Amino acid sequence: MATTTISFAETPLLNLVLRRADDALILGHHLSEWCGHAPMVEEDIALANIALDLIGQSRSLYDYAAQVEGSGLTEDHFAYRREQHQYRNCLLVEQPNGDFAATIVRQVLFSTFMDLYWREMMSSRDSTLAAIAAKAEKETAYHIRHSAEWLIRLGDGTDESHARAQAALDELWAFTGELFEVDAVERSLIDAGIAPDAGALRDRWHERIAPILREATLNIPSAPFMQSGGRSGRHGEHLGYILADLQYLQRAHPEAVW
Amino acid sequence: MYTQALNTVSEGPADQSPEATRFQAHVDAEQKIEPNDWMPDAYRRTLVRQISQHAHSEIVGMLPEGNWITRAPSLKRKVALLAKVQDEGGHGLYLYAAAETLDVSREELIEQLLSGKAKYSSIFNYPTLTWADIGAIGWLVDGAAIMNQIPLCRCSYGPYARAMIRICKEESFHQRQGYEIMLTLSRGTAEQKAMAQDALNRWWWPCLMMFGPPDGESQHSDQSTRWKIKRFSNDDLRQKFIDATVPQAHYLGLTIPDKELALDEASGHWKIGPIDWAEFKRVLSGGGPCNRERMRVRRKAHENGAWVRAAALAYAEKRRARRDAMKVAAE
Repeated sequence: MATTTISFAETPLLNLVLRRADDALILGHHLSEWCGHAPMVEEDIALANIALDLIGQSRSLYDYAAQVEGSGLTEDHFAYRREQHQYRNCLLVEQPNGDFAATIVRQVLFSTFMDLYWREMMSSRDSTLAAIAAKAEKETAYHIRHSAEWLIRLGDGTDESHARAQAALDELWAFTGELFEVDAVERSLIDAGIAPDAGALRDRWHERIAPILREATLNIPSAPFMQSGGRSGRHGEHLGYILADLQYLQRAHPEAVW
Repeated sequence: MYTQALNTVSEGPADQSPEATRFQAHVDAEQKIEPNDWMPDAYRRTLVRQISQHAHSEIVGMLPEGNWITRAPSLKRKVALLAKVQDEGGHGLYLYAAAETLDVSREELIEQLLSGKAKYSSIFNYPTLTWADIGAIGWLVDGAAIMNQIPLCRCSYGPYARAMIRICKEESFHQRQGYEIMLTLSRGTAEQKAMAQDALNRWWWPCLMMFGPPDGESQHSDQSTRWKIKRFSNDDLRQKFIDATVPQAHYLGLTIPDKELALDEASGHWKIGPIDWAEFKRVLSGGGPCNRERMRVRRKAHENGAWVRAAALAYAEKRRARRDAMKVAAE
């Protein structure tokens, strides 16, 4: 039986684009799970809004990936017809929603990194990536505002909310190291002026995170072991379930147009 | 999305006071009643009940469609569906705000929903089993909602009427989106077409019930009509919906699940077979396939969110205290 999975040559540029696209899609997917289940209607709407921004970013990036790949693939091929090991997202974004505190902490950690990353990407020599970055940065700045304000409320709210926020931070901190990893694939694009150097953003990221956590009265965890593997397709157990949901209809009806 | 024909409780003999007479003259002259205007208590109660039921319907209505957000079959469909469900949350918020202009708090209204005291549209007590249900809900449920809601844009109560104008615009967009999903499915593979037909079979009759009981059994419309809250009868609106929808189904190449359906040449109206009102009553009183599930999910979201709402309040209180302390220190 023919497989419905796509195969393609993953050039460094394609790999870079898929890393960014997969981060956005997987986090957007998780946030969309809140719709109808959030602590208040305002948050149903706000989290859906962030999810829409992220899925929108993933679409622009997949679209560019398809263009780079050049054999006639579409955004949906990348989203719906790749196996788990072909996904290039970082482990942080595939971590489950957990309680509202975990969702907010995940968002603060990711968005503060991405905002710095998109700002750098805006001066990429690749004009498509620069344009995508310019749009994404505006959206990301809002995501930081929304999630950081919530983190401060939770951290400096009640004893329970403080404990939950600290627990979420302790749990998720181990996934932040991967955000700054640079492998040989990315190094070639950094040298060519196409990709920002994520590794060089670490200090600035700390400078942005620290005051938020201070105001939230939360402690920066010490995580001696950082988890990684997502960028090369070695994911945790959660991603498989996300893809099972996401891809079910396309996999069950490979001939259909929706 | 929408609330079904809301038949309010009888409110006793008409008020003959000078204020009441002025109020009715104002309404008769098609002028809007605003929150600070004098209004009969019964008018206020009727509106709170109707607007809050409508708001609850929007919020509960997020669940059946939300069920397919993570499984939408393409990225384009996914963002459209997510945006649609988000719109419904926005409608709920809008409507709660309109109800709040009548001196009732959102917390009270939500409490009434969660305790089972307040009703919401029964249509959301049916399950969404396939992707085609997302098309059918947009096409039929939102289509029926629009028929019901367009007249509400001219409702005598200003805040409700204004909310409905925006809501109707968005609903009409949702309806077209839903129909487009059905069109794609009915032009697709045999499995997709079967999916579309199955969804129509399951949603058709419950959608006709959304307009409420037949006019003969509807006890409370008179007062609402005098107050210009309700402008058309349940049966008139239902017929309008049927006449608009039957040709659309034919265009899709789908069959309306009603063997008695026939065009009455003399009147130009499509005549339908009997509606199973026993089913309507059963679902309304809690016996539908998803009544328990919908309420369980709403209660769970509310309970799981309690510590978050408490944190937000506690933080706001701390900030206020700190600001006050700083002011005192500065003086």
